[in-house]
Amino acid sequence: MFNLTLSELSQALSRGDFSSLELTQALLDRIQRLDTTYNSFITLSEEQALEQAKAADALRAAGKATALTGLPIAHKDLFCTQGIRTSCGSKMLDNFVSPYNATLVERLNQAGMVTLGKTNMDEFAMGSSNESSYYGSVKNPWDTDRVPGGSSGGSAAAVAARLVPATTGSDTGGSIRQPAALCGITGLKPTYGRISRYGMIAYASSFDQAGPMTRSAEDAALLLQAMAGEDPLDSTCSTQAVPDYSATLNDSLAGLRIGLPKEYFAEGTDPQILQRVREAISEFEKLGASVKEISLPNTQLSIPAYYILAPAEASSNLSRFDGVRYGHRCASPKDLEDLYKRTRAEGFGPEVKRRIMVGTYALSEGFYDAYYRKAQQIRRVIQQDFVAALNEVDVIMAPVTPCSAFRLGEKNSDPVSMYMEDIFTLSLNLAGLPGISIPCGFADHLPVGLQIIGNYFAEGKLLNVAHQYQQVTAWHTQAPANLSEG
Amino acid sequence: MSLDRSDVERIAHLARIAIDEHEVPEYTESLNSILTLIDQLQSTSTEGVEPLAHPMDAVQRLRVDEVTEPNQREQLQACAPAVEEGLFLVPKVIE
Repeated sequence: MFNLTLSELSQALSRGDFSSLELTQALLDRIQRLDTTYNSFITLSEEQALEQAKAADALRAAGKATALTGLPIAHKDLFCTQGIRTSCGSKMLDNFVSPYNATLVERLNQAGMVTLGKTNMDEFAMGSSNESSYYGSVKNPWDTDRVPGGSSGGSAAAVAARLVPATTGSDTGGSIRQPAALCGITGLKPTYGRISRYGMIAYASSFDQAGPMTRSAEDAALLLQAMAGEDPLDSTCSTQAVPDYSATLNDSLAGLRIGLPKEYFAEGTDPQILQRVREAISEFEKLGASVKEISLPNTQLSIPAYYILAPAEASSNLSRFDGVRYGHRCASPKDLEDLYKRTRAEGFGPEVKRRIMVGTYALSEGFYDAYYRKAQQIRRVIQQDFVAALNEVDVIMAPVTPCSAFRLGEKNSDPVSMYMEDIFTLSLNLAGLPGISIPCGFADHLPVGLQIIGNYFAEGKLLNVAHQYQQVTAWHTQAPANLSEG
Repeated sequence: MSLDRSDVERIAHLARIAIDEHEVPEYTESLNSILTLIDQLQSTSTEGVEPLAHPMDAVQRLRVDEVTEPNQREQLQACAPAVEEGLFLVPKVIE
């Protein structure tokens, strides 16, 4: 049952092959047995999970089950869960139990899903390797000497290791797509505002977007359906109607226009990755798509623009961690300033402090125009490039990352080399566009991701395109060979 | 532009983060390498480009000013480090 997708598990539960309680218990046992190797979970919520599973089985017995009833999931540890610790991968929130649920958690609970626990992540979602977590690094199930990517590294590794069929993640600069690529799973970053941010601990509010991490596009469609839509508790959440994502999965790709941005296929990317991506694109041509070269000429500027804007928003967002209302507080503060300064010095790790300081500097008196305003102007330039490109093509295809999973510790000493990891993912967040990463083969023994980018609110198209690829290829069904029993 | 020791100490103060004497060189080095990266923007002309704050240029939605939430003070203060009679406790600010 560990290798089944959500869609397959849903059918198995309907047939009565096993109950949700049996499934939940089996997965909890498996996590306890195997996750000592991967460290993909921060907290297991056994008691709550078993209760939810019993309730789901009762609903099913009463004939009231829907597509997601009784299916297991785990949430990235930045989504607030009532009664289950939400640490955000930080010592600052090591003791934090939220008094309420994030909207998406609430919706998936309402749909009858079973929360197995909370997954590991880079501290406050700042990182591309999961090495900045207070709870230790996560190991990539394909090679445990390597990183799973980040910041949703635990969410990606848990799905890849068959510990849970699906997880939630968040993507501020690539944090769903990059770990999905490095762990060989499917990860969707929806349009900015498609899913409510209520109860999602904020990093950079004009970029942050939640999304599903699954083993197939079909599963991502199921989850997005339940997660997306207007929320009175988040005024930045879109009021656009949510289409039926599963209904368009099987649409034909005949006539689909694919754009390949030449800047994403330039030197500097592992040639094996480019080769895998080209092979995937030829599969789409067989399905009736046409391909043309396009240009996103300001791609290189996305890294500097992002590393001004996101830290600036972070420095403001993270000012709430002051040792007064929740979270860590330093011992015996001598005055209020000492309380703030030592609480924050003790509670935050080095990367979070660096980004807060960069943001503080960029927003400080005399530098605002040179940094913040300038970066916002570049943000528009980058967005306009995408708008122009998407007038000519239906989707854009590209690699997700310039290299496959790197070794633990390899990029840890130099923050800038870690930032370069996000070159193909960041610009989407600047523009607010949706993108999906799907597995498209291997470079040596490590998974490679194909990125598919679409227009605003074109999640249905992205899922359709990804699903059609997954109907004619089997990369998404590959599991690491060395997974322990089961 | 390059930051020196006193710049880093000033930024840390503005951010209300205590940094130890021995950490200052490390932060100075890493912040300078990040600033070198972000300074790449300066060479691009953006004259006349309207800054973009929201990907879809959305503006804040308003709603009717109605009371929708009940008082949940006790529940919300349950995770606070120090409270007394419904108040958050902090070190004495006014002598």
